[in-house]
Amino acid sequence: MTAAATASSVRTGERRAREVVEEALSLVESGDGALHAFNNVLIEEALAAADEVDRRVAAGVDPGPLAGVPVALKDNLCTRGVATTCSSRILDGWRPPYDATVVARLRDAGAVVVGKTNMDEFAMGSSTENSAFGPTRNPCDPSRVPGGSSGGSAAAVAAGFVPVALGSDTGGSIRQPAALCGVVGVKPTYGLVSRYGLVAFASSLDQIGPFAATVEDAALALEVIAGHDPCDSTSIAEPAPSLVAVLGDGVEGLRVGVVRELTDGCDADVRARLAEAVAGLESAGAKVEEVSVPAAAYGLSAYYLIAPAEASSNLARYDGVRYGLRVQGTDVAAMYGRTRAAGFGPEVKRRIMLGTYALSAGYYDAYYGQAQRVRTLIIRDFDAAYRDHDLLVSPTTPTTAFPIGAKADDPLAMYLSDVCTVPSNLAGQPAMTVPFGRGDDGLPVGVQVLAPARGEAVMFRAAAVLEAHAP
Amino acid sequence: MSVVEWETVVGLEVHCELETATKLFCGCRNAFGDEPNTNICPVCLGLPGSLPVLNRQAVEFAMRIGAALHCDVRPSIFHRKNYFYPDMPKDYQISQYDEPINVEGWLELPDGSRVGIERAHMEEDTGKTTHVGTSGRIHGADYALVDYNRAGVPLVEIVSKPDIRSAEQARAYVSELRAILLAVGVSDARMEEGSLRVDANVSVRHAGSDQYGTRCEVKNMNSLRSLGRAVDYEVARQVALLEAGERVVQETRHWDEDDGRTHSLRSKEEAFDYRYFPEPDLVPVAPSPDWVASVRAALPALPAERRVALASRAGVAPADVATVVSLGLDELVTSAIDAGADPRLALARAGNEVAADIERAPSLEAAAFARVLAMEGEGRLTATQSKQVLGELLASGGDPEEIARAHGFEAMADDSLAAVVDEMIAAHPAEADRLRRGESKLTGFFVGKVMAITAGKADGKAVTRLLRERLG
Repeated sequence: MTAAATASSVRTGERRAREVVEEALSLVESGDGALHAFNNVLIEEALAAADEVDRRVAAGVDPGPLAGVPVALKDNLCTRGVATTCSSRILDGWRPPYDATVVARLRDAGAVVVGKTNMDEFAMGSSTENSAFGPTRNPCDPSRVPGGSSGGSAAAVAAGFVPVALGSDTGGSIRQPAALCGVVGVKPTYGLVSRYGLVAFASSLDQIGPFAATVEDAALALEVIAGHDPCDSTSIAEPAPSLVAVLGDGVEGLRVGVVRELTDGCDADVRARLAEAVAGLESAGAKVEEVSVPAAAYGLSAYYLIAPAEASSNLARYDGVRYGLRVQGTDVAAMYGRTRAAGFGPEVKRRIMLGTYALSAGYYDAYYGQAQRVRTLIIRDFDAAYRDHDLLVSPTTPTTAFPIGAKADDPLAMYLSDVCTVPSNLAGQPAMTVPFGRGDDGLPVGVQVLAPARGEAVMFRAAAVLEAHAP
Repeated sequence: MSVVEWETVVGLEVHCELETATKLFCGCRNAFGDEPNTNICPVCLGLPGSLPVLNRQAVEFAMRIGAALHCDVRPSIFHRKNYFYPDMPKDYQISQYDEPINVEGWLELPDGSRVGIERAHMEEDTGKTTHVGTSGRIHGADYALVDYNRAGVPLVEIVSKPDIRSAEQARAYVSELRAILLAVGVSDARMEEGSLRVDANVSVRHAGSDQYGTRCEVKNMNSLRSLGRAVDYEVARQVALLEAGERVVQETRHWDEDDGRTHSLRSKEEAFDYRYFPEPDLVPVAPSPDWVASVRAALPALPAERRVALASRAGVAPADVATVVSLGLDELVTSAIDAGADPRLALARAGNEVAADIERAPSLEAAAFARVLAMEGEGRLTATQSKQVLGELLASGGDPEEIARAHGFEAMADDSLAAVVDEMIAAHPAEADRLRRGESKLTGFFVGKVMAITAGKADGKAVTRLLRERLG
């Protein structure tokens, strides 16, 4: 049952939130053992929250647009009093004293948080194998990865445990797993959704967004979490856009570009699905042509300097002094070293070292500075493409889901899974993935729709058309 | 061997805590001396997921400082300064780096010299670490306690150009800067409490050279006096090194108040690589021209201007009113002069007696101050009595006349004083004779005698006058 249908049945009193949540919890209980989508299932908290929703309905108070909808949260979103681990040992025992803004908004809209989902440690990875608590499996094929870093949230939706989950997307961490698991995933415009309470990986790239089984549910969830938040200085000072209302508006007359640089390197079956998707858009009245965004080709290189640089600073605070893991040492410096050595996994350490190097005196201009210049070029080239196009499309990932372990020892091969998604983060522009058929291996393929900054409405219109035309 | 003359070159970095209601990036109370770790929240504790939001009042205060220091107040951004320290919650400090809010200003000292201001930028303060253990020092401490109440308190760091040429000028600079900070109402600027912290970059060079010598940064001076001592010590140390044919090594040095020396803290090679990069959690600070203009327009009269005003009112040189102005007592003095007080007497009593109890000075009413000065001027109070009355006025307020009466400081009328003088002359004919013959030191003898007899109630000047009338 979709979130939209669930919420409307709960709001009218047709169904009780308690029943909905109990059903979700029982699905998790029976199904998650094989998948490990969740780090932590919040049974008591969820039931209590569901009861509260029911009490509101009984009292004649509208619980909100997500009334009684079970949602899962990536484990880097702060939840008051509930462990928030980022799938890392270093946050061992830490319970945030506050809810992230998005979590508060979900609760205020009547949604019920049923658990915290697994992820690559501190969102660094593309397979959810870099979790201190073990990998998550792809519900479409448990021998495959679900993608990452928000693999747990993608799997939770793909498995049907919850209709909506939240993730974070720094270089593709929502769209890539959504594509590999065959669900909808949205990376909003930078600043559309408050980052307050999202444990930072790379602050200038991180955005929170929804996973959902349908485009409508994704729109519904994004409407709830979007909108200005005074606690995030980078939050856009505008109300949330209206999305659900425009889903039926179609793409008649829209000009759509297929981004050559994000398409050429993809597998043939993935490109074939994209061609079918393009045909679908054309049949709905869009004008589609190939377009070049030259600087997008350098996205991955720039990303792997900027993101680790910011991460090296963002993750400095995990030092054993105030919270989380502490491994004692003979002095403070030794305590820092031992704590961080024990608390962080290998990929996190690799990126902290990369980022520290990229920011070092004498290297800053050649690395971080240069990457920021590339970022400017990417924005410029996207802007140029959007002068003649309303939207751009590309595959979301170059391949379908790969086997667990296939790239675990080859960081570069793993980094390449984000080649199609990274440019939107660097540009701060929105992009979303819509499932569109299967690859030759029978696994889901995603089509990515990209839009100019704050172009969510038109992006969702195209996504709805793609969903309707998907095989 | 030729004698080389050395020139001292000093640049000062002054950290000033702003007296905003709340911290720089969160809504926590900005207060000194509260119970440890009570003014804290996820943001100033740097908890995962928290984000900074810039305090508008802090920006306004920083702009006031910039305007008062004749700086270009301009759009700016924040950077992260990365280094590990337990009292720094995020293990980076949000500071301003190559695009600070205030640049290129100057400050004029009472002697008329000008010191250039390179920049005055905003940053957050760290928490405060207390090392606990037998030695009370970092080395040998058993453990450390960290109080994060100070973490995130807004600071403005004011960096002078290397224009200062002596320890005395360094002190004058800090004292003038302090007066400006007080005047514009942004800080209580107390060195002893750490709301004003001074680091000195010290080097020496041959007099007349246009090259700078290798500098050392000296830290840990917590009074004007220790600043002066530290600069003098460091200059002497560097001169001694150079005269011995050795080199000054660029390093950070720690001033030890007890042994009166500076000690090497870390060398240039050991200096931190702060890995500055633009703070992605904040947006550029772009105060509108209107806002900057309104801050400039609302600036109160600054010390330099006030010195000129008071000096001309009192008929003295601006340097003579520097203390009074730097303590903010110029209004008090001006109104006393307006009420008819002798300007020099008003300056003296304000600069000494009132300054000595500066904490209470704000409660001293100008009219009462003027009244005391008038009583002293009329000879109804001796200098000693006047100081005493003033002290009590500061301590507990009240009416000067009543205080004087309560102490029996009844003015001795001229005729009764004259009687005492005559009595003393009669009692000491030999001394009177010598004074008459021009041995003027005997004036003191007679004044002493009169004072003893009158228990200090006599006005010394009046006694001198009466003696002169009688003994020529």
